[in-house]
Amino acid sequence: MGFAIDLTIVWAFIIAFAIAAYVVMDGFDLGIGILFPTIDVGPERDMAMNSIAPVWDGNETWLVLGGGGLLAAFPLAYSIILPALYAPLIAMLLGLVFRGVAFEFRWRDPAHRKYWDMSFFLGSLIAAFAQGVTLGALLQGIHIAGRSYAGGWWDWLTPFSLLTGISLVVGYALLGACWLIAKTEGALQNYARRVARPLTLGLLAAIAAVSAYTPFLEGKYYKIWFSWPGILATAQMPVWVALTGLLLWLTIPRKRDYLPIVLTLCLFGLSMIGLAISIWPDVIPGRVSIWEAAAPHSSQVFMLVGAGLMVPIILAYTGWAYWVFRGKVGAEGYH
Amino acid sequence: MPGSETALLLARAQFAFTISFHFLFPAFSIGLASYLMVLEGLWLKTGKGVYANLYRYWLKIFAVAFGMGVVSGIVMSYQFGTNWSVYSDKAGPIIGPLMAYEVLTAFFLEAGFLGVMLFGINKVGRKLHFTATCAVALGTFISAFWILAVNSWMQTPTGYAINAAGQFVPANGWFDIIFNPSFPYRLVHTVIAAYLTTSLAVGGVGAWHLLKDKNNPGARVMFSMAMWMAALVAPVQIFAGDAHGLNTLKYQPQKVMAMEGHYQSHPGGAPLILFGLPDSPHQRVDDAIEIPKLSSLILKHSLNAPLAGLDTIPEDQRPPVFVIFWSFRIMVGLGFAILGLGLVSLLARLRKRLYAWSWLHRAAIAMGPAGFVAVIAGWVTTEVGRQPYTIYGLLRTDHSVSPLAAPAVGISLIAFVIVYFSVFATGTMYILRMMGKPPEAHEPTLDREGPLRSAGITPAAQGVQ
Repeated sequence: MGFAIDLTIVWAFIIAFAIAAYVVMDGFDLGIGILFPTIDVGPERDMAMNSIAPVWDGNETWLVLGGGGLLAAFPLAYSIILPALYAPLIAMLLGLVFRGVAFEFRWRDPAHRKYWDMSFFLGSLIAAFAQGVTLGALLQGIHIAGRSYAGGWWDWLTPFSLLTGISLVVGYALLGACWLIAKTEGALQNYARRVARPLTLGLLAAIAAVSAYTPFLEGKYYKIWFSWPGILATAQMPVWVALTGLLLWLTIPRKRDYLPIVLTLCLFGLSMIGLAISIWPDVIPGRVSIWEAAAPHSSQVFMLVGAGLMVPIILAYTGWAYWVFRGKVGAEGYH
Repeated sequence: MPGSETALLLARAQFAFTISFHFLFPAFSIGLASYLMVLEGLWLKTGKGVYANLYRYWLKIFAVAFGMGVVSGIVMSYQFGTNWSVYSDKAGPIIGPLMAYEVLTAFFLEAGFLGVMLFGINKVGRKLHFTATCAVALGTFISAFWILAVNSWMQTPTGYAINAAGQFVPANGWFDIIFNPSFPYRLVHTVIAAYLTTSLAVGGVGAWHLLKDKNNPGARVMFSMAMWMAALVAPVQIFAGDAHGLNTLKYQPQKVMAMEGHYQSHPGGAPLILFGLPDSPHQRVDDAIEIPKLSSLILKHSLNAPLAGLDTIPEDQRPPVFVIFWSFRIMVGLGFAILGLGLVSLLARLRKRLYAWSWLHRAAIAMGPAGFVAVIAGWVTTEVGRQPYTIYGLLRTDHSVSPLAAPAVGISLIAFVIVYFSVFATGTMYILRMMGKPPEAHEPTLDREGPLRSAGITPAAQGVQ
């Protein structure tokens, strides 16, 4: 049995992939929502909105796959995490309602467009912040008794979870700005370049703060990061993050429009690697391992057939949809 | 513990509220996506501009309805965990994979091609655009397939075993789980319901514009298509509903007892209670208007067949009667009203008065929302009829709920109520406003302002008025 593949590990990677895909893809369109009130009313706002209108729905579907996949592959984790993070998750869902409907509503009712623009902004901000809070609350540990959540409904609220919330808002805003650099031209692109630099500094500061805070949370993080072999990563991470940040800072004003978003994605990638090192092999950090929470073998196999078949197809037609809308968004939009 | 009793009640109210609201949008978009597919297909085949114009007219409405369906649907995928975590833990190994399949095979398909469908009309060729429309329509159907498999398994669970941790796990393959006894009936009945709901909405809009201008070509085409659907599909639906009811009688008898208002057993043939006021504390139906023996005839196909009543069911296993009794009557009543509308439209067609008979148009407008009401009434019947269980006969609702504090559930419920009523009511108003405008000869694609680039894609439209 030495070569038998552990399907639980496979599923941990699939769920992690879905969440990473979500953060990357919905990250930039939530980021545009966060930047929205600072963008000039009129053609520039319309252009920012048009740059994501054809793809936002597909981006958000990864969130459903992350949630639904967690229920399917790790039902115990799903049934503990969701009640534990009740308030931030409900806030996120309501935020997504407000921003999701704004895509259509703002065009249907020009007289009240400014309200739907506000709804787009606040919904995006709340959703992003709540996702960051969720991450922080998971990292800092949640109370469990038996097979269920045993803490109170405000446990998630700590300085650390607020820090991760703000960090994710800054990160998404930077992704949004870099997306605008890549997809737009003229005044809007210039504006995106202007905000991208301070946001880069903000994200670097946020990564530093969260990284410095995490080892001192209760649990195993200190041991992981300050003992062999974790110390290898600890020693390298700041170097890679700083290098990527510096490159990003330098490329933002240049004519290479697609480089900033690639480099920002690298920063997100490094952060996610750091998170993975902290969390592995748990599904609820420090509490429940992936094997304890795993669905039975037959459920894993059945889903793996579906995921193995469908995920490549999904990636193919998603890629095609992005390809159809490639290049700069025209001034008139494609509405 | 009274605190948890309140939390349970609030959690149930929250789920009922969010799912009922959500269900309205897919009920409309399943049918509308297929309608759009038919319209675009007809346009490609015939080249008649009226189909292209109708396509673009309904596409704008579809975009708004679909958007509301998406955001209210994301809420549903998290409701299971936030409010029903014990249920999620226990049923996750069975329902989780089915819902994951829904995401993988349906949601991505819809979302991936929706962008091209809405915004890509000038970016890809006609055939490719039609493919995108078909993909979205197919996605809505696949989505219904999986979510109704989940719902049906909760109604008539089969193919499971229970493991050491108390979880329901697959016993012998997935076929038994997916194709559980009530699934084929529920799938057919629900998908037809979605088609009828859409055709009534389309028919109502067509009728509204025919009243104003009986020569509007778009209004004529949509009204005619919708009335064909009502006339041809309503009888099929009544037949499918009857088959579904017999299936329910076999597997969930107490649901049918509650639907029929049969508190007592009728060893010598049960009456059909047409109307009445179920009084559960006294175990009787007040002011009942009933037809002797008819219920036995319908359910058992024999006048004197004995029918058991709720008195054969322990009190703590009975579903609430009043709600189900009435929601069932509302659904059936509307079903026959839809059939009536369809039949009258056939008569009007025969007499060549389909576009000129204003009373038919007024009736069609009145029936415009009937599908939505019937769908919700049917949903209430089947879901409330499953009580007091989440997984019928196996897991009680009061053992499924999350360990939550009542204030948390209460506050989130209030938030959902406020947000849904304000946001979705506004969206519905926008949809009604779009419906209030007549279909024009040159419908803009999704162009909200500025010159129409869409005129270029339908040169035929200029010739056909």
